[in-house]
Order: sequence, then structure tokens, then C-alpha cells
Amino acid sequence: MAGNEKVDVLIIGSGASGAAVAWSLAETKMRILCLEQGDWMKPTDFPSNGRDWEARRYTDFEISPNRRGRETDYPVNDDNSLMKIANFNGVGGGTIIYTAHWPRMHPSDFKVKSLDGVADDWPVDYWALEKFYEENDRMMGVSGLAGDPGVPPRHPPMPPIALGKTGTRYAQAMNRLGWHWWPSDSSIATTDYEGRARCINLGHCTPGCAQGAKASTDITYWPLALRAGVELRTRCRVREITTDEHGMAAGAIYYDSDGVERFQPAEVVILACNGVGTPRLLLNSASARFPNGLANSSGLVGRNLMLHPWPIVSGYVDEPLDGGRGPINTIWSKQFYETDPSRDFVRGYTLQFGRGTGPANQAIVGAASGLLPWGRDHHRRYRQMLDHRLSIGVACEDLPEEHNRVTLDPVLKDSNGIPAPKIDYTISDNTRRMMEHGIARAEEILTEAGATDLYASRTALNYPGHLLGTARMGTDPERSVVNEWGRAHDVKNLFIVDGSIWVTSGGVNPTSTIQALALYVANQMKQRLATLFD
Amino acid sequence: MVAALDSRLSAAETVALRKIAGTMVPADAVLGMPGADDPAILDDIVRSTGRDLPLVREALVAIAAKSGGAFAEMDQDTREGLIKDWYASGGAAAIALGRVILGAYYRDDRVLLALGHEARAPFPKGYVLEQGDWSLLDVVRDRQPFWRDDRVVPIEDR
Repeated sequence: MAGNEKVDVLIIGSGASGAAVAWSLAETKMRILCLEQGDWMKPTDFPSNGRDWEARRYTDFEISPNRRGRETDYPVNDDNSLMKIANFNGVGGGTIIYTAHWPRMHPSDFKVKSLDGVADDWPVDYWALEKFYEENDRMMGVSGLAGDPGVPPRHPPMPPIALGKTGTRYAQAMNRLGWHWWPSDSSIATTDYEGRARCINLGHCTPGCAQGAKASTDITYWPLALRAGVELRTRCRVREITTDEHGMAAGAIYYDSDGVERFQPAEVVILACNGVGTPRLLLNSASARFPNGLANSSGLVGRNLMLHPWPIVSGYVDEPLDGGRGPINTIWSKQFYETDPSRDFVRGYTLQFGRGTGPANQAIVGAASGLLPWGRDHHRRYRQMLDHRLSIGVACEDLPEEHNRVTLDPVLKDSNGIPAPKIDYTISDNTRRMMEHGIARAEEILTEAGATDLYASRTALNYPGHLLGTARMGTDPERSVVNEWGRAHDVKNLFIVDGSIWVTSGGVNPTSTIQALALYVANQMKQRLATLFD
Repeated sequence: MVAALDSRLSAAETVALRKIAGTMVPADAVLGMPGADDPAILDDIVRSTGRDLPLVREALVAIAAKSGGAFAEMDQDTREGLIKDWYASGGAAAIALGRVILGAYYRDDRVLLALGHEARAPFPKGYVLEQGDWSLLDVVRDRQPFWRDDRVVPIEDR
């Protein structure tokens, strides 16, 4: 097997967390290497450059790796899950194809056991992460508006995305109902920012931003990390973490772009492959010393998978709006976020209000929902739908359950022959009650906004791509995989910084918290460099 | 060569698809809309099948079976009724066929212009998004913070 020079720090994965931890550790002047199985993206790659921009979200920019099927993807067996797995493999990871909606977790999210008697408290709290949230907002470039009474104080460096006709319609309805709303924080540049051009309303943010206004880590953290001396190698797919005779991580075996098996030795290994990729790698790293997978003495590697059930309720109004002509993000509501004892479920959800989509997607969504007919009535009905759509997503907190898990598929393998992940996942009764509550509230809002032909998609279109909880953090080695600063209990030079270390999921898009947590772990490492392995 | 191994629809399959596409999205002269069986649009549909080719083929076979092989000879009303009935229970094949037809149809210049849209890619021109009515936020600004502060000890616990 071909070998490489030893590095101080080996990071696996270059997405949201891998980029943040690489940038933060760069100031130590250690030799840092990141291995990424995907490619660099180019602005000209993104769909909004071409006339087939809408169709490509169902092909090479599809969020499901199983359908997208790029050479750089690995398959996921999610047959035994109502919710499907979304991800992206490339420099920037999932930030390439996220919507850039940017809420933070709430303080209560870190203390669900103490406050609500469910699941477990995190070993860190909101206030420990607050300065890293702020730092990350500056690094990624966040637009928003301070003063929201529904969330703790924060200071977005750019003004919010325009409400437009769609946001105004929602806001009018929310005010009539007396319910909270606020312009969403988004990691989309609304002004020129740190070398990035401002948003020009391409209206198609999710499958990559040709303008570079959406903050993906390939254009935020990575240029700075590379300039600071971090090395990033693409098309390198890691098969397993190896350990030495002392039970310490020795490095990683990976396949390079030519399919050649290589060994990369390292003093420290950091996993940043998120909630499916990280447990897959740990389970694939089983050895005589670690027969159940690396860092898995608790048996919790792969367990407690949380996917954020995310019903979407849509309807159509009688005036043309601005669907497809601006970011999908408009406003959020925290009206139903915190636990209310009068409800039949604990915890809560964010309402995320969306702008409509382009012509083809409107037709595809309309036909799939059964609202857009085939035949001679198609055109009349389509004209009532195009540019008239409102939709509200219900971002439900998904509590951890050990039977929701990632294991290794006994048959399915990727193109390098590495066993693929298998997902077993069910939606809990508490979450189902929460979903129905949120759907009912969304229907009230849409009705108040004058929408008709309401349609609730519970799970059919449900790929939020939030992959959390499968290597949870905690102080008890029997009940967690990593400690309160991200180091594996079982392997003292192995760290995890991605969504897998989450204890609970909150009811928000996770990227800002994933990155704040990665910066927090990096800061803890920097403070403990002399005693890192003690 | 076995048709199922081809990477494109055969001539016979394309003929069948033309009739189906023209039934699903027919021309409307009053609105100035071509049908999905328009030669240029149909050609785009055929070129776009890509990874959906097996499902599109499955759809063609299912529709042929449901019509007893006589779909092309049916009148418009009967064809529409058959398509609507099949689509509702056609599963992945129906969704795929609809997606391929609509994806190509709604990027045709004539279609977009008839709908009042510009026939262009979003980049680099983008669009103008009006600010909207920010005064609506005034009543929300007046609300007291209501997020749950974990640092505050409830009165009953003090």
C-alpha cells in the first residue's frame, strides 16, 4: 500500500464542519490535511447557468445521492425509512445544496431533559457556543435583522433578504393572527461581502449558487484555510481509520483519484462526514481491538439518528407573487417553538415560509400533488398556480431514539467496494403529533393569507438532509461516543465535529450550529494542545 | 438489439410517447400554447429521459397495456380519462414520465413567452425582488422576548 508523509491533523470531509475546524486550527501552524471524496465545484457547474436549470435538480444536482449517482457519491440504503437521506459529496459538502436558511438552536434545545424531562441534556449549552455562532456568522456571511423577540440576541452582518410580495403576504396573515414572524436569517450575501458578490435573485439557491452569493464553505472557509497552509486533497475516499498498538488512531486508509489504496498517517484524526458518513466510517473501522467499530464501546455509534421530519403545506393565492425570482427563504416563525404543556407533545417547531419555484418545478410539484390535471384543462389550471404558490415548512424537533440508526449494509457497496450505510428510521408518536399540530397551524396561516387548494406533504417530498445524533457527545462513556469537547472516549486522538455529535436536534436547520460546534471543538483543542491526549 | 438495453427510446417508443405527451399536455391555440407533442418539445423530452429511461419505458408499457394497445386510436376524452386514471396509481413510473415531460415542456421558449416569462437562464441577469412592506414588522418588534431562557430560574423554584 502506498504511504504518505505523516501530518499533525487529518480531517476527513470538507463540508460545513470540516472547513470550519480546518480554518480554526490553521493558526496553530500544525500540518493539517483534509481528505475529500468529491471535487471542487465551479460556478459554471451550477444549474442556473443553463436553460435546463430546473430539470438538473432532479439529475446531477438531485439532493438524494442514490438518484444523483455521481462518481463521487456513495449509495445509501434508505429503503427502511420514510424519510430519505440527502447529502452532497464535494468541497463544501452539504452547503453546496442547502437552502441557506440560518436559524440557531435555542437555549432550551440544549437542556431538554432538565426542562422537559425527555432525552438528554447536552454537555455544552447555548452560551458556551454563542461567541462561535457569532464568529461563524461573520465567516459565512449572514443576512438578517437583529431584534427578533423569538430568539436570543444575534447580530447578522448584512441586511435581510427582501420580503417581496410573497413575504409580505405571509406577514399580513401572521399579523392578523397575532402570531410571531421575523425575516429569516440566511447565509446569503445581500451586499457585497468579503469578496463575494451580492445576491441577484437567481431564484434557485438550493442546487448551488452561480453568483457565489450563497455561503458554501468552498468559497468561505476554504480559501482562507488554504491560504493559511491547510492542504486539501479531493477525490480521496477514506475506507477506514486504523489504530496502533496503543489503541490510538494511526491514520486513514483511502482510495485516491486513480483508485490506488493509500495510507495517510496522522497524529490526530478529525471526522467531519456528518451523521451518516461518520458512523459508516467508524463501523467500517472495526478491528480486533475494536470489534464493534471504532470508538464504539458504548454501542451508540450509528444510533439515535435524527432526521427532522419536515411536512410542507402549500396553497395558491389569487395574485401573482415572486416565486422563482428570489431566494426561497422569506420569514420564519417561532410562535410554536418552545414546549407548551397544553399541547399533546413536548418540544416544538419552527415554521419556515417559502417563496415559490420556477415554471417547470411548479408544474412538477402540482402534478405530483394531484392538483394540476392532465389534458385540456391543464393550461387553465396551470395559469392559476404559476407564481401564485405559498408554502410553509414545519421543522419539527426529532428526539433521539436508539432504534433509529445507521448500520452497514451487508450487500450494498460503493464504487471502491466499501460497505454502504443502511438506514432504519421511524417517526415517533411525539413527532407525529407535533407534525399534525404544525400542519394545522400552517393551514390556518395559508387560509388567512387567502390561499386555497391546500395540500400537505407529510413525508413524500421529505429530504431535509439533516443527519444528526449518531455519535453523540456526553460526559458518560457508557452513554456517549465523544466527550464534551468532541474527543472520542475510546480513542484519545480521534475527534468528531459534525452533526453526528448532536444530543438532540432542535427544530431548526442545523448548519449554523454544526459549524459553531466545530469552532468550539477546535477552540477546545487549541486550548489543550499540550495535554490533548491526556 | 433488445430495446430495453438501448440508451434512447426506439422509434416506436417515441411514436407512442408523442401521443401520450400530446394527451397529457395538449396544444391550446387560444392561449398560444404548443402541445408537448410539438416536434421540438418532443425531441427535448426524448433527449431528457436520461436516468429515467427505465421508468419512462415502464410507463409506456403500462399505458399500452391499460389501453389494450389502442391508445393512439382512442378519442381525446378517452385518452385523457385513461391517463388521469393511470397517473393517480402509476407510482414511480408515472411521476417520472410526468417530470420528464413537464421539465422539457416548461423550458420551451414559446411556452415561457406565452406565460409572460422571459426565455432565459436565471444567471447572469437574475431578477429584481421588491423589498415588500417592512412596516408590517412594527407590531412584532413591540413584542417582549418570548424565547425560553435556560438561565432564568422559574419563580416556583427560587
